[in-house]
Amino acid sequence: MGFLNAAHMQFLFDGLLWTVGLSLIAFAGGGTLGFLVALGSSYGPRWSRLLVSLYVKLIQGTPLLVLLPLVYFGLPSLGLNIAPLAAAGIALSVYVSAYLGEIWRGCLASVPRTQAEAAECLALRWHQRVLHVLLPQAIKIATPPTVGFMVQIVKNTSLASAIGFVELARAGQIINNSTFEPFIIFMIVAALYFALCYPLSVLSRRLERSFHVANR
Amino acid sequence: MKYDFDFSAPLAYWPDLLAGAWTTLALSLSSTFFGFLLGVFCALASTGRSLWLARLATVYIEVIRNTPLLVQVFIVYFGLSSLGLQVGAFTAATVALVVNVGAYTSEIVRAGVESIPKAQLEAAETLGLSRWQTLRHVVLPPAIERVFPALTSQYVLLMLASSICSQISAEELTAVANRVQSDTFRSVETYVLVAGAYLLMSLVMRAVFWLVAMVAFPRLRRLGTPL
Repeated sequence: MGFLNAAHMQFLFDGLLWTVGLSLIAFAGGGTLGFLVALGSSYGPRWSRLLVSLYVKLIQGTPLLVLLPLVYFGLPSLGLNIAPLAAAGIALSVYVSAYLGEIWRGCLASVPRTQAEAAECLALRWHQRVLHVLLPQAIKIATPPTVGFMVQIVKNTSLASAIGFVELARAGQIINNSTFEPFIIFMIVAALYFALCYPLSVLSRRLERSFHVANR
Repeated sequence: MKYDFDFSAPLAYWPDLLAGAWTTLALSLSSTFFGFLLGVFCALASTGRSLWLARLATVYIEVIRNTPLLVQVFIVYFGLSSLGLQVGAFTAATVALVVNVGAYTSEIVRAGVESIPKAQLEAAETLGLSRWQTLRHVVLPPAIERVFPALTSQYVLLMLASSICSQISAEELTAVANRVQSDTFRSVETYVLVAGAYLLMSLVMRAVFWLVAMVAFPRLRRLGTPL
């Protein structure tokens, strides 16, 4: 691998950091939006349930690779100039919110109905029921699939390379353009992604197992 | 700033967009078919008796599921050609998608296979069925019927993910969209149109999978209840 020098490795490492950064942005943004999606479709009035399910169907039926350029090229033509990082952050957040929202809706639905009824019998208000009775139980159920979905987020940030944001996959492409050793470079890139994702996968599985043991 | 939407410019490219949509469907269907076969094979390998095969299947599944499809596509397309194996963009895209979706299918089918009660296998053995007959008649049909909804979602996701192949100049719908928007400068309209096309295709795919289920699973056809 004599063609790869320290500068190349530094460049890949910077890309790796941006992949992590973009993943965190997408998780924070998508998590916040997804929480609203889950609440809106679980406890909201009829119109909000309809609206949210339409939103989820719309986003889940569209590829991320169409959402990304739609935000990146679309917002400027509406008069809002944004950087690739902001565009990628927005598109990924929207994309993540639809999936996380659905996952969390399922978790909220799997809290036994009797818990909500018992809380109502104790004359708790709506926000007390959600905050003190339903959410704490739902969060426990939601942790393993959420960690599992973080793997998807990390992998999907690679698509931000399509709008010119230099994260790990784009860094690999750029180095390849100057060294012409695609097999080795993309193998290294794949190994770096694996190093990010595999621990999350293992953690998700372990959490799931301990959750099943606790509920046996 | 006021923006006037003009869908006529990208719509003028409708033959190209239609051809792109067709390529997307061809890519998705061929990789669904071969990915399903690969996935079932790996699921059987990972639940089977051979420890060596099971380990191999696990490594394959973990590596594929923990790396992005984009990088897999690059490795197949650029990597193989640099090793002397020249493949076209469409072939490379199909291979990458098959390898990718095979791993996900395998995980789903494995869950189905493991959900078959042990008593069923013992009953099959008592009836004197061979290992192959047990698989063919006792294990696989109910296993696949049980996980069919999950498989449907996975293959719809695959169709959406095939947009990634636009990055290696496979002329599918997203690649055509990228070209149309750079020709017309009507990016919002183009991508809105294409997003609508993907949405429509995912609905059509779900309908097709429902029909397939109705044909393939007589029990579901008669009772209409999930297994």
